[in-house]
Amino acid sequence: MSATSPAAKKDKKFRGVVVINRETCKGCAFCVEFCPLGALELESDYNAKGYHPPFLAKPELCNGCDMCGHFCPDFSIYGYREKLEQVAA
Amino acid sequence: MSEPVKPNPTSKYLRTERLPSIWCPGCGIGTTVNCFTRALDGSGFDLDKVAIVSGIGCTGRVAGYLNLDSFHTTHGRAIPFATGLQMANPDLKVVVYSGDGDLSAIGGNHLIHAARRNVDMLVVCVNNFTYGMTGGQVTPTTFQTAVASTTPYGAYEETFNLPRLVDSCGGVYVARWTSYHVKQLAKSMGEALNKKGFRFIEILSPCPTLYLRRNKLGEGLDEMKFYKEKSVIKNGASTTETDLDYRKEIVVGTFVNRERPTNVEAMEARMSEVLGAKYVPYESPGKKPAWA
Repeated sequence: MSATSPAAKKDKKFRGVVVINRETCKGCAFCVEFCPLGALELESDYNAKGYHPPFLAKPELCNGCDMCGHFCPDFSIYGYREKLEQVAA
Repeated sequence: MSEPVKPNPTSKYLRTERLPSIWCPGCGIGTTVNCFTRALDGSGFDLDKVAIVSGIGCTGRVAGYLNLDSFHTTHGRAIPFATGLQMANPDLKVVVYSGDGDLSAIGGNHLIHAARRNVDMLVVCVNNFTYGMTGGQVTPTTFQTAVASTTPYGAYEETFNLPRLVDSCGGVYVARWTSYHVKQLAKSMGEALNKKGFRFIEILSPCPTLYLRRNKLGEGLDEMKFYKEKSVIKNGASTTETDLDYRKEIVVGTFVNRERPTNVEAMEARMSEVLGAKYVPYESPGKKPAWA
């Protein structure tokens, strides 16, 4: 599952993309706590193991810095930057 | 919702079919493994030339999750195994990835002697202050007054300061980070992978199920916030200033970065000096089989 942030400003050259694997997440919330921009939140839903995986609650804030990917102990989340020309094409 | 364009940067280095891992929610070991994959990613090594050796314990499971030549050895004997591996094939980058109980208690003797002899290996020690897999017994790194299953009234013995121990034994690269310092840790691991000699990185990491719950310190996330609040980066600090105390300031950073001949280099220098032309240096067989 992946969520992308919309291009809020016209001069923005890229946007952040966060990819979350809901099923391997254990809901430790490291990514939510240590996202430098506070863009993530935990879902109220459960995954198959009974944990609350995160989701991109404020997509406009995400810049794809991949801090969530560095913190994830279960390799279930990562972020990257997508060039906007690439999206338009 | 669209399909991801880029794959997960860590998945190349992992046995993804074995995931999710056995580690508890809130455990920091996975974060350290994540940093290690990023250090490998940045170093650009041939992965056939990297071997990882683990002992027993929660951190001992790391070898099973990394998609490298990995060895899961007996309790405390990861360093002797890695020494043999490195001596038989000096081309290998040997990494020992294990816990504090495995490396400093059961394998404590091997740790100090590998550091003394300056065997060419990187030792990553994930310190969670307890024996996680066997039920939270006291380790040499458990703080005084902290409760463990074998010290229900609080531990009372003096603790090891691992960076200081390895520094005094002669390690060439000694660092301490916590699982909160992900970027610094990945950079430090990359630096250490590119060095020769005995490199040692201690990583403080939360154990939510045993250490934190027994001491009523909250979840793994609370411990990560504590690391964020209480740690002070002092690169190049003397290791005598890096003692840890229960719930006190944590000094992190790269403390030692020096050069010293490894045991193979020292042996070759001495043998050439004594035997002269009669001495034939050992050549690594590399990937070639012996009969080729």
